[in-house]
Parts: sequence; structure tokens; C-alpha cells
Amino acid sequence: MRPATALGPDAPLPALPDLSAPAAAHPPSGHPGAAAWATALPVLLPVLACAVVYLVAARRAAAGPRGWSRLRTASWLTGCAALAAAVSPPGHALLPAGATGHMVQHLVLGMFAPLALVLAAPVTLLLRTAPVPYRRRAARLLRSPLPHVLGHPVTAAALNAGGLLLVMLTPLYAATLTSPVLHHAVHLHYLAAGYLFAWAVAGPDPAPRRPGTAVRVAALVGAAAVHAWLAKHLYAHAPALPPGAGADAADLRRAAQVMYYGGDLAELLLATALFAAWYRRRGRLAPPAGAPDPSRPPRAGTRLRAAGRAVR
Amino acid sequence: MSSPAHRPEPPAGAPAPLRPSLLSAALIGIGVMAAVDELVFHQLLAWHHFYDRATLRVGLLSDGLLHAAELVAVVGGFFWLSDLRRRAALVPSAAWGGFLLGAGGFQLFDGLVDHKVLRVHQIRYGVDLLPYDLAWNLSGALLLACGAVLAVRARRRRAAPPARRRP
Repeated sequence: MRPATALGPDAPLPALPDLSAPAAAHPPSGHPGAAAWATALPVLLPVLACAVVYLVAARRAAAGPRGWSRLRTASWLTGCAALAAAVSPPGHALLPAGATGHMVQHLVLGMFAPLALVLAAPVTLLLRTAPVPYRRRAARLLRSPLPHVLGHPVTAAALNAGGLLLVMLTPLYAATLTSPVLHHAVHLHYLAAGYLFAWAVAGPDPAPRRPGTAVRVAALVGAAAVHAWLAKHLYAHAPALPPGAGADAADLRRAAQVMYYGGDLAELLLATALFAAWYRRRGRLAPPAGAPDPSRPPRAGTRLRAAGRAVR
Repeated sequence: MSSPAHRPEPPAGAPAPLRPSLLSAALIGIGVMAAVDELVFHQLLAWHHFYDRATLRVGLLSDGLLHAAELVAVVGGFFWLSDLRRRAALVPSAAWGGFLLGAGGFQLFDGLVDHKVLRVHQIRYGVDLLPYDLAWNLSGALLLACGAVLAVRARRRRAAPPARRRP
């Protein structure tokens, strides 16, 4: 396999080296570093902008009466840094060659970066710091049917797992190796679906009419099961799947194992975020044993109140 | 999986119910035994393989589902148990019983259903399997029996006259 730096300026995807593509697709020539940076910039600049906007808003929120947790800010910056590392040339230099490196990149884009971004509660920050008309508009948007349907854990899990199955089991993966547009579109899908799923399952941001813990746990188990199954399925059919990948079997098997254990880690993190939120909520709602009034307010009411608090 | 949050609270002053302690610890037991299996037999001893070519298709699917559920079980169990402890509703004897029931139940399920029925993988390869299978399943049954004894004892203590009850 070629090192990532051997990509030529006319390579279709200098920013996202097709480590598993045939070497003939990228004749090594010219100034590889500059070209790689040039293609990475359209992705890096928005990421940088997101980090800066969040920092400004977080400063403003921290000066307010309710403050803003530094952990949330750190989580956002971690997510942005992970995204930047996954698409920039120095990040690629750290990745192992071949399909394994590709898999690590996909795990970061689709699982770890989105989770860090979701835990930073950007919508709550927006609702707390934006001018009032924007807050009203955002709150109205959150209550509209679209986020309700898209943000349902089962929909989010289906979008996530379905996209993954589509990429890995059809010639779509092979097509992304030659088409830069498809390649970026698939990465964008990983990021968006990963964010949606993490938000639906474990997000601290307000989500009116979000289903209860049981549904979210079931969606998490279902999505993780499909992920684990797909990883072993790819391992079992190594050179043949994904169709037309053109990498050697040992590399693809290693990639499948990285997918399996990386998926475990992501599931563990998501489950921890989900249950930790349940634990905190219950601590606020349930009085200690022996308290005069053991009845708890209904859960739906607390969610609405949380959303209302965030809007105020 | 029913959410523990929907369970009604016991009236103030009543002894804590056994079921939440038992179930939350059972979830941890299942997860811990699965982790032991993964760490000791897959990673340290490398007796099992990540995938052996004899796995049935349905085995691969059930393996994925079980694996995903184990991870969630151990995390959920820990937070549930912590919540019981925080509210002074944890009954330790019932929790230990539940832990062993979960661990033994998982061991036995893994040994019988995964290894034998679905043939996800075997304990070890290139050896006579019978002693391994026997040791695996008997140890699972032993854990299960210990858990059952502890759980029954916790219940008996609860049913005993008020003088022997926990304050």
C-alpha cells in the first residue's frame, strides 16, 4: 500500500486517501502535501467555524446566571478536533494503511466525533444564548413533526444501520473509491446519522416527545447488534465483501475486527451517557427513601419543563 | 426490557423490595461473565476465535444481538444498582444472589445455546471437547445454584418475624 503522502495533485481524493484503492488510480507526482491540504480545507474551515462559534456562545452562557459547564465545552472541542483529525493530512499519517485506516476514519466520523458533539448540548447553548426571536424559532422547529420522526431512536437507528449496510454490502463502497462526491456524501451521511442517533439515544439537548428509556435502550441494542453482525459478516467474507473493494483479505479482516471492537466502545460510551442521564434525572425527581411524599411527577412533564427551562 | 423508572415506590418505612436489587445485580452478573469470557478465553488464552468457519448464519446474528445486549446490561445494571444504593433501597444479600444468578445463567446459556445449539464457537479447538464442555456448564450450574440459594435466603429472611427484619 502507498503512504498517504504519495497522492498526486490530480488524485481524485487527496484529502481522504483511498488506501484500499488500486495504486494506479493515483499516480504519485507533484506536491502531495499542498494538494491534500487544499482538499481538506473545505471540511476543516466549517469545523473551525463551529468550534469558534460554540466558544463565543459558551463564554456568553458562562457569564449568565446559570453558567455553562466546561465539560460541555471540552466535549465540543474534542468532537471538532476528532473531525479535523479524521479529514486532515497529519491525521491520515497516523492511521494504519489500507482498509483498516479507512475503518478507523469511519468510526471517528460516524461514532466518536458525533457523540462528543452531542454531549456538548449545542442546541441548549443556542436556546440559551441566541436572540429571543431565534430561540422561539428554534423551539418551534424542535416541536415540529420532522425532528420528532427523524429524531425517534428507531428512525435514527434505521438510518444509521441502514446506511452502513448499504455501503458495505453493495457496490457503493467501491464507487466511493473513485468518486470524490460520493465519498464525501457517504462521510457526511456517517456524521449526520451518527449525530442523529447519539442525540436520539443519549442527547442532553431538549427533544420534546422523546420516547422513554426502554425504547432508547432497545434502539441502541438493535443498532449495536446490526453493527456487530455486519463486522463479523465482513470478516467471514473477507475478500468478497465489500463488493469491489480490491483490498487484500488480511487487511479487510483486520478492518472488520477494528469495526467490531470500535463499535463496542462506541456502544459502551452511548450506554453510559444514556444511563448516566437517567441516573441524574432520577436523582432530581425521586426523593430519598423515607421522604414524606414518594410519588414522582410524570416523566413527560419533566421533559417539557426541561425544554421550557432551556427556552427561557 | 422494562424501565426501572416506572416501578412504583414502596410506601415510606416499608422494607426495600428484593426484586430491584436482584434484577440490577443480575444484569451486572451477565455483563461481568460475558466480559470474563471475552477477556480470558478470547484475548488471554486465545482458545476461542473471533469467528470460526463453522458458525451458523443465525448464530452470527444471535451472537451480535447477545453481545450488544450484554454491554448495555452491565452499564444499565451499574447505574440501576447505584440508584438503589443512593435511595437506601439496596438489599445486599438479594443483590449477591442476583449477581450469581446472572453470571451462572449466562455461563450456562453460553455453554448450551451458543456453543452447542447455535455453534457460534467452541471453547477450544483441536482437543476433546467433552471435559471442557462439562467444566464450563457445571461451573455455570454451580454459580446458578449458589445464586438461587442466596436469593431464597434473602426472601426467607424477609418473611421471618419482624424481630429479625432489618431496621
